[in-house]
Amino acid sequence: MFSTLKDRVGEVLLPGDEFSCETEDTISLTDRAKPDKVVCGPGLRWSGDRLMVCKSGVLRHKQPNVFWIDSQQRRYVPAKGETVIGIITTKSGDVFKVDFGGSEQASLSYLAFEGATKRNRPNVQVGDLVFAQFIVANKDMEPELACIDSSGRANGMGVFGGGGLLFKVSLGLVRRMLSPHSEVQSDLEQLFPCELVVGMNGRLWVKSSSIQQTLIIANLLQSCDTMTASQRRELFSRVKQGAL
Amino acid sequence: MKDTPLSNCERDFLLKAIEEKKRLDGRQTYDYRKIKITFGTDYGCCFVDLGKTRVMAQVSCELVAPKENRPNEGIMFFNIELSPMASPAFEQGRQSELSVKLNRQLERCLRNSKCIDTESLCVVSGEKVWQIRVDVHMLNHDGNLMDAASIAAITALCHFRRPDVAIQGDEVTVYSPEERDPIPLSIYHMPISVSFSFFQQGTYLLVDPCEREERVMDGLLMIAMNKHREICSIQSSGGIMLLKDQVMRCSKIASVKVSEITELISKALENDKKARKAGGRCGFAESIPQERITALKMDETPVEMMDVTERANDIIQKVEAPPQMVPSPVVPVPGVGQVGEGLQNTWGMEEEDEEEEEEENNDSGDKQEEKVTQMGEEKDKSRGGDVVEISDSEEEDVVILNPETPDKAPKNTGSSSHQRRAATAKKRQKK
Repeated sequence: MFSTLKDRVGEVLLPGDEFSCETEDTISLTDRAKPDKVVCGPGLRWSGDRLMVCKSGVLRHKQPNVFWIDSQQRRYVPAKGETVIGIITTKSGDVFKVDFGGSEQASLSYLAFEGATKRNRPNVQVGDLVFAQFIVANKDMEPELACIDSSGRANGMGVFGGGGLLFKVSLGLVRRMLSPHSEVQSDLEQLFPCELVVGMNGRLWVKSSSIQQTLIIANLLQSCDTMTASQRRELFSRVKQGAL
Repeated sequence: MKDTPLSNCERDFLLKAIEEKKRLDGRQTYDYRKIKITFGTDYGCCFVDLGKTRVMAQVSCELVAPKENRPNEGIMFFNIELSPMASPAFEQGRQSELSVKLNRQLERCLRNSKCIDTESLCVVSGEKVWQIRVDVHMLNHDGNLMDAASIAAITALCHFRRPDVAIQGDEVTVYSPEERDPIPLSIYHMPISVSFSFFQQGTYLLVDPCEREERVMDGLLMIAMNKHREICSIQSSGGIMLLKDQVMRCSKIASVKVSEITELISKALENDKKARKAGGRCGFAESIPQERITALKMDETPVEMMDVTERANDIIQKVEAPPQMVPSPVVPVPGVGQVGEGLQNTWGMEEEDEEEEEEENNDSGDKQEEKVTQMGEEKDKSRGGDVVEISDSEEEDVVILNPETPDKAPKNTGSSSHQRRAATAKKRQKK
């Protein structure tokens, strides 16, 4: 199966495509069948002894044996530990309801902010943006967010200040930006100084010294979503020449 | 499903940007988004793309008994459906306020303006008349549904052909399209609606608001007009107070826009007619390109690239550059990048531009070169509504109106052009 998978790396696969173990075809009586270990990433799932594709996209491979499906997805599914940008929708008692672009709203307790106590409530209004991480995120329970990490410190999370623009991109671009040694980020750094918050739910918040620059960055990031690396570099260099 | 709520940060940013006369997608105040009109295989099926807003209209006809008080006239029936496909805010089946409002506006725009000759739809007086039914479906909501719906409806009506009918004495024969060519409806004029959104209690005005702008607007003014400058319907919602000269200005802008759009519609209809005559493949199935990842295709976004700088010894405070084209990432062949192809060079569009730019390039000692654009100023040069046909498109009957070149903006903009003229005048004096 390893070899069949390897053959199809770079091809577009659809949900329902299967990979079955080769060992089914020929059973050797002498050697023990040694199944190759295949580590499945997102988009692939084991069902019984078969490997099923459950998302449409391109099959990718990383040494030594990791396979996953690269898909262009815009709909976010919450996962524990991921940091997202949410919008406060309601304030009910002790709990805020936050919209993060998922199927239901997450809850955020008012005590889950740095330095918040029962007497000292955080200054959060309906419609504010928050940067928080998921502490509970599975398909059976309502998702829960928190603006502090396990040690009780904010660590960059919390309510946003004023100004800036919030816009949406695909999840793929967000992951690329957050990966170490991200090219997108280094290209962006050379353009204008700006403040950028990247939420893994596909939402980006950017603030620059003027409205014009903020709009440029927002439009750039939304466009380079679907570009190859060389196209993107060309675009950024054109912007640099246009601006300077 | 509930729609994403609008955060305070977005609202503040949008309002501030509008105060500085900047829109999210780089348009000017009076610019429309790119309009694309395509037709389906049947007569009377029309798709309209207004930026990302997508609308489909389908016209059908049926022989029915006429209304009692009007035995000589045919019946027109309009229906707008807000499909949940268009936006998470639309629910299936429920008649929301917006749906009622759009239906009412479209009816007023098309029915009350008497754009269709209903008497020609009569077959046997008092017994059989044609009922023309226009169904408009919203496929994607990115703002300004009303304009897209009105363009789609009137284009579909112009495109539609009804079966031919022959009356011999008492016998009425309805011929199928194979027996006799179907005949078009008799349309007197084409009313098109133009929407204006107001912000900050009527201080700022934007034409063709996108979805974000619609959320923060105070009120909306809809003017339906035809190319003969007759106002068919005018409606203001949102409860804002509008001054008389504001409304007059809007109607002038509307007349310019309507004539441009009417030209676009006529061109699209002509192209479709030619394509059908030539026997070429046309219609819905052909207009969906094969083997392309169209889900990832993004149209060029005009973004103003020029930065706002203030130089100590410069009289001019703000100078803006023409929108920079962001290349469309459509990849014709896998592995081949398409950058800069087919784009219009917006630099040096007019002769005087180049002169100014040469002078500019000689400026030294400053890191940031300022390239002065003459786009706003050269309104004296009349540029007719250039309609660009994209030659590599597979859709033969598609005509695309490009509003991103700002010198196609209406010549009637008031204060902004004066400001820019003053700016250039000062610049020239300085030189």
